[in-house]
Amino acid sequence: MSGGVDSSTVAALLRDEGHQLVGLTMQLWNQRRLSDAPGMTENKAGRCCSLDDVYDARRVAETLGIPYYVVNHQHRFEQDVVRPFVAEYLSGRTPIPCSLCNNHLKFDQLLVVAKQIGADSIATGHYARNSYDPKRARWILKRPADLAKDQTYFLFGLTQEQLAHTRFPLGEMRKPDVRDQARQHGLNVLADKPDSQEICFVPGGDYKQFIDAYLHEQGEELPDTAGDLVTTSGDVIGQHTGIHNFTVGQRKGLGVATGSPLYVLKINGEIKQVVVGRGEELYSSVMHVKRPNWISIAAVDAPMRVEVKIRHRHEPAAATIEMSSADEVLVTFDTPQRAITPGQAAVFYDGDEVVGGGWIA
Amino acid sequence: MDSNATTPLLPEVLGAMSPFFTQSFGNASSIHHYGQQARGAVERARESVARLFSCRAAEVVFTSGGTESDNLALFGTLNPGDHAITSTIEHHAVLNAFKALQSQGIDVSYVEVDSRGVVEPNVIRRAMQPNTKLISVMMANNETGVLQPVKEIGVIAKEASVVFHTDAVQAAGKVPIDVNEIGCHLLSISGHKMHAPQGIGALYVRKGTLLRPMMVGGNHERQRRAGTENLPGIVGLGKAADIAMDALANGSIHRIAAMRDRLEDGIFGKIDDTGLNGQGAPRVPNTTNIHIDHIEGEALIIALDLKGLAVSTGAACSSGAIEPSHVLTAMKLPSAQARSSIRFSLGKHNSESDVDFALSILPETVARLRELSPVYNKKAALSC
Repeated sequence: MSGGVDSSTVAALLRDEGHQLVGLTMQLWNQRRLSDAPGMTENKAGRCCSLDDVYDARRVAETLGIPYYVVNHQHRFEQDVVRPFVAEYLSGRTPIPCSLCNNHLKFDQLLVVAKQIGADSIATGHYARNSYDPKRARWILKRPADLAKDQTYFLFGLTQEQLAHTRFPLGEMRKPDVRDQARQHGLNVLADKPDSQEICFVPGGDYKQFIDAYLHEQGEELPDTAGDLVTTSGDVIGQHTGIHNFTVGQRKGLGVATGSPLYVLKINGEIKQVVVGRGEELYSSVMHVKRPNWISIAAVDAPMRVEVKIRHRHEPAAATIEMSSADEVLVTFDTPQRAITPGQAAVFYDGDEVVGGGWIA
Repeated sequence: MDSNATTPLLPEVLGAMSPFFTQSFGNASSIHHYGQQARGAVERARESVARLFSCRAAEVVFTSGGTESDNLALFGTLNPGDHAITSTIEHHAVLNAFKALQSQGIDVSYVEVDSRGVVEPNVIRRAMQPNTKLISVMMANNETGVLQPVKEIGVIAKEASVVFHTDAVQAAGKVPIDVNEIGCHLLSISGHKMHAPQGIGALYVRKGTLLRPMMVGGNHERQRRAGTENLPGIVGLGKAADIAMDALANGSIHRIAAMRDRLEDGIFGKIDDTGLNGQGAPRVPNTTNIHIDHIEGEALIIALDLKGLAVSTGAACSSGAIEPSHVLTAMKLPSAQARSSIRFSLGKHNSESDVDFALSILPETVARLRELSPVYNKKAALSC
């Protein structure tokens, strides 16, 4: 329970169905931790793990009459989400911490705690659907009824075991209905709480500021990742301040003026090189996806037709996937896709079903 | 089984308090007869608390609780440039007060404890400096129940003419308190840890000890703590002090010690890989802190609570999540063992059937946690 409208409504709906419930909130990050660091903006409330949210969650549990506990997973969160987040940016990739958090904490640690305290399954406020298909003998993850709220992109890492012990009660609902349900259950304040948007541990969404403050707190120096800005033909056209300040597709802040707009096409982390070029050059038909997790299938034995999402707000694009090595998938799009970004997730769909996904190399 | 967190108000205490809410509700500072009744009740309660401390009534200051007593003792004594000595296992009411004092220019030495969780008097002696003004060491630790050598520390303080404060919140009602034997100048207690209500406490202030008030206003509590007296709370604390004295005198405290010992033996007998934290040290009779290896104390506490057994672990942070115990960490317990530790603290409301219940659900609950623990399974696999 995050203290938000979605997980609170889940608790209310399941209680109505007569389930025996225990409310759990994961304490993942101390929002005040870096607030004194130089250059950090004042923390705002309404973010994951803020005290206000914990109070809200506790009040919801009390209103619904269910036991409620906060479990401390700060250590794991820092180790499995925050450190990799920083490391990915510093190697020139663009990470998605929410997927890491789902894989390593929400559907892993939380499920362990749930089983330890005697629960059969966990229920979350994610917008997704899951069900068991006896024919395939597999648990299937599907996009929700409210496609505008679809969170399956962040859930591609779920294992069969995790899916078997997880419920997504909002999968068939639309967000406005969820807000109505919250009001009907006396959770009025929450019903009007805005959706969370940004990365929960990065105040104001400024990840560069966060990386600076975090490394400073850890007594580590921000490594010098400055280097050359080069064109696709290898000509050096300027210098950049550090590869972690760039992401593929970025146009602003390149620090060079040319006649036509320039975009970041590629970041060569090892040699601290940022490759820039014209907008048309951002398009590519192939990509490699590492460490895949399969949901609706056991493995890819032969080339398979799928639709692929390469970022959260991306219209799935038709492609063919096949294994290029034991732990890597080759994706060939029917039409070239713009700004394929290393570090982001690629999620494969077959209609509403999530086939699987992995990390863009 | 969490009496070190709080205790229920005893019916006799509630009975003593109730006339002072609606009938004898006077302000103890008023000159009319309502005020006189209230004043009489406050002073009778002060005498009861003085008996608990073996001190004079004039040396008792009523406060809002243990935290205020600790804060008043420390902030009321120390000035910028002073040096103070405390231990790493103090309650946060003391540790965080010292942290705030450090930012005001007071120099603080935090002395370490041994593996039993005992502050060695010689360690205090070695930490003394020419400008040492105060020593603050608790009488009994809240997490382990380990009793500290306060008399020996009192001797060191006396030799050096240093003010000695002891936080006796977890000792009051569990072991006899004699401020002259301890040789302390300041001693804190909290009402709700000894069957008085929450929101009342007291500070013993030895005659002649200079104490600057933190609350300023009227001339209450001999100008050491301004604010209209919490009349029902004070009456409740006085009654609870009387009852605690009786329990210490008539030996009924031994019943709690016997239950605690049976619980401990039962756990060690029924569950493998367990051990006592604070082994070999003298302890208050009601507390036991046990490490149950290969589990997370946090999950165990939730699982036990869902079955109806309330125990605790470590310290709760502001969100309510559990943080690793600074006390067990200070005792150099490995971090996994510190995280696997839980505290049982019994009270007079506990019965033998509570101990039976705890011993009946603990083994299966621990077994379930261990079965689902990735760490334990790895160990099991390695051992075959």
